[in-house]
Amino acid sequence: MSNLLNVSPSPHTHAKDSTQKLMLDVVLALVPAFIASVFYFGMGAIIVTVTSVVSCVLFEYLIQKLVLKKPLSINDGSALVTGMLLAFNLPSNIPVSIIIIGSFVSIAVAKMTFGGLGSNPFNPALVGRVFMLISFPVQMTSWPVPMGFATGYTDAVTGATPLSIIKEGIKNGESLTKLLGDIPSPAQMFLGEMGGSMGEVAAAALLLGFVYLLIRKVITWHIPVAVVGSIVIFTSVLWMSNPEENATPMFHVLAGGVLLGAIFMATDYVTSPMVPKAMIIYGCGIGIITVLIRVFGAYPEGVSFAILIMNAFVPLMNTYIKPKRFGEEVKNG
Amino acid sequence: MLKTFPAGGVHPPENKLTANIPIEYLPVPESVTIPVSQHIGAPAVPVVNKGDTVKAGQLIAAGKGFVTANIHSSVSGKVSRIDTIIDGTGFKQTSIAIDVEGDEWIETIDRSKDILKEIKLTPEEITKRCLESGIVGLGGATFPSHVKLSVPTGKKCDILIINGVECEPYLTSDHRLMLERGEELLTGITILMKALKVEKAMVGIENNKPDALSHLTKLVSGFKGISVIPLKVKYPQGAEKQLIKALINREVPSGRLPLEVGAVVHNVGTAFAVYEAVQKNKPLFERVVTVTGKSLTKPGNYVVRTGTPIRKLIEAAGGMPGDTGKIVNGGPMMGKAVNNIDVPVVKGMSGVILFPEKESSRQVVQPCIRCAKCVSACALNLEPYLLMTLSEKGMFERAEAERITDCMECGSCSYTCPAGRPLLDYIRLGKSTVIRMARERNLK
Repeated sequence: MSNLLNVSPSPHTHAKDSTQKLMLDVVLALVPAFIASVFYFGMGAIIVTVTSVVSCVLFEYLIQKLVLKKPLSINDGSALVTGMLLAFNLPSNIPVSIIIIGSFVSIAVAKMTFGGLGSNPFNPALVGRVFMLISFPVQMTSWPVPMGFATGYTDAVTGATPLSIIKEGIKNGESLTKLLGDIPSPAQMFLGEMGGSMGEVAAAALLLGFVYLLIRKVITWHIPVAVVGSIVIFTSVLWMSNPEENATPMFHVLAGGVLLGAIFMATDYVTSPMVPKAMIIYGCGIGIITVLIRVFGAYPEGVSFAILIMNAFVPLMNTYIKPKRFGEEVKNG
Repeated sequence: MLKTFPAGGVHPPENKLTANIPIEYLPVPESVTIPVSQHIGAPAVPVVNKGDTVKAGQLIAAGKGFVTANIHSSVSGKVSRIDTIIDGTGFKQTSIAIDVEGDEWIETIDRSKDILKEIKLTPEEITKRCLESGIVGLGGATFPSHVKLSVPTGKKCDILIINGVECEPYLTSDHRLMLERGEELLTGITILMKALKVEKAMVGIENNKPDALSHLTKLVSGFKGISVIPLKVKYPQGAEKQLIKALINREVPSGRLPLEVGAVVHNVGTAFAVYEAVQKNKPLFERVVTVTGKSLTKPGNYVVRTGTPIRKLIEAAGGMPGDTGKIVNGGPMMGKAVNNIDVPVVKGMSGVILFPEKESSRQVVQPCIRCAKCVSACALNLEPYLLMTLSEKGMFERAEAERITDCMECGSCSYTCPAGRPLLDYIRLGKSTVIRMARERNLK
């Protein structure tokens, strides 16, 4: 026998999964929402997505190549996902220069400074988004009215989102019944015909992505269900206690970034807990903080902040929330 | 819905290439090398000398102590050497080499083909016979069977569980045994029930072996107290704690034996060996081994004498394919890679798998993306990613608190990790370190 044999410890077989394939699955799951976004916002959606993806991948490449001088890992697909998610959290009329700044914050500040993929405590796309929201509040909150390819890009006609219509209206003492007439119908909201960040509007498309992620076992149901479930419960209580001042649970789920956040942002592997029990707590935390910000806070929308706040608790949860081990009940000795 | 264990588990491609290939007898080789330790516990001590003539079935190394097992010659011939070899697990150990002359068995063995169902031995005699015949668990763990049959006073066993799960991919030796030696197997189970003084036995078989399930279900009506239960296909269901949970929903406490919940688990191969030992007076010196691999021309299931070099098995299976990159003793999930093909077949060797070169190297290791797939794959609800990090950083006290010693090394975590991280390698390191630390602590 001439050929040498490989010797290594077991297991000697491996699942077909890889980091790259998981990231690719997330990208595929985002495709329906992207198509919906192009359908509603036209060229702007394409420009924003391409700019964001290209600049995220490029920043990661440049940092690894020039600053860290480490082996390149841009083909793992994580920068691509960050780029897409960042774009989905932006209005479709945001200028290219601002996107590039946001991408830099996402990749350079939120991801690479902590050691790159797997080491960042906060969701990079959301850090970028929140940085942009605080630094460019005007551009970040002027929402194009969905008109398909007629929407244009930076010259788009803008209007308020359903969330801000309700928030402002209630603050000004208007009745909810009247305000509901000013916002799109639930069916329109479900399909995404409303103002908002380009990737968050189409609930139907996001749910399609959710089903795909579940089937491919990329994520489990725990976090999305906990986020949406806690929002439904919390807003039901508010709505039932005072239906004149509080919007319905359905409105809260369909409006704004709840579904995008619950399905794609909160489930980011690196920044979410490892154990199902902790995932539920984390998801409920996001839901509760979101409602607190929306109903009692200054901003009309709070999903991004809620996720970032709960991201901060993840290391704590990973340390203290443990699964019930097999054979645990009976203590030895 | 089919029964299975609740937490964790993975489903690797089954690749049961030899499921439909009947068991054949491998010709007796020209020489055998029989290790004196083919079991968990103290190695046996050679009782023959160089130059002695032995017969098949003759005791050549005697067990020492309680947790140990006798070793018998598998061939007739002359002892040529007693020295140290590297066995199929990669460790050095004393072995008795025998040059084969003819095939003479000791006279006490009943070599007839008759199936004997009537059990004449008392429970104590059965346990003694298992001890004398060197019966060990043939599922791979090779725990001496007489120890499992000796229920300590104060403990009570109410059910015998027979492991016909064979959850490892590729392996089919138990499957074929259930199909081709059903009556003997069920008699063996009845013998074990008698020895344990239990009224009930359950045979757990995964649903990917419908022929074995229906065959045994048909036969079982002729036996008292035995039921055959189909199980959902999920690895590591053949682990005894998982099998007990799946079948009777009892959870063996961490660090304890199945007897704690009133169960004793034996493998189907062991039950067959018990049949042969008790009814035919035949010590354990041959077993069914699957030799398989995608590039082999003639993979199959063979009855092989212990001590036969696996080279002979590979020759019988059509010779070593040119693309062979790795040879595994056992299943792909828990088996051990061997570094040469002269390692002998031992009691615990259920299969030999030849992997082509392209399937024999590991993935490139990438950073942990904290996807939690290892956590959901762990059948013991441990957190493999954490145990790996703790072991890597030398934080062994913390690893102990996180119950690293519960790990049964099934490999589901490493199997499932998308980043190709060597989780189990580090967990093994941590586990052995923690066990050593605990031992030193107990000495103080």
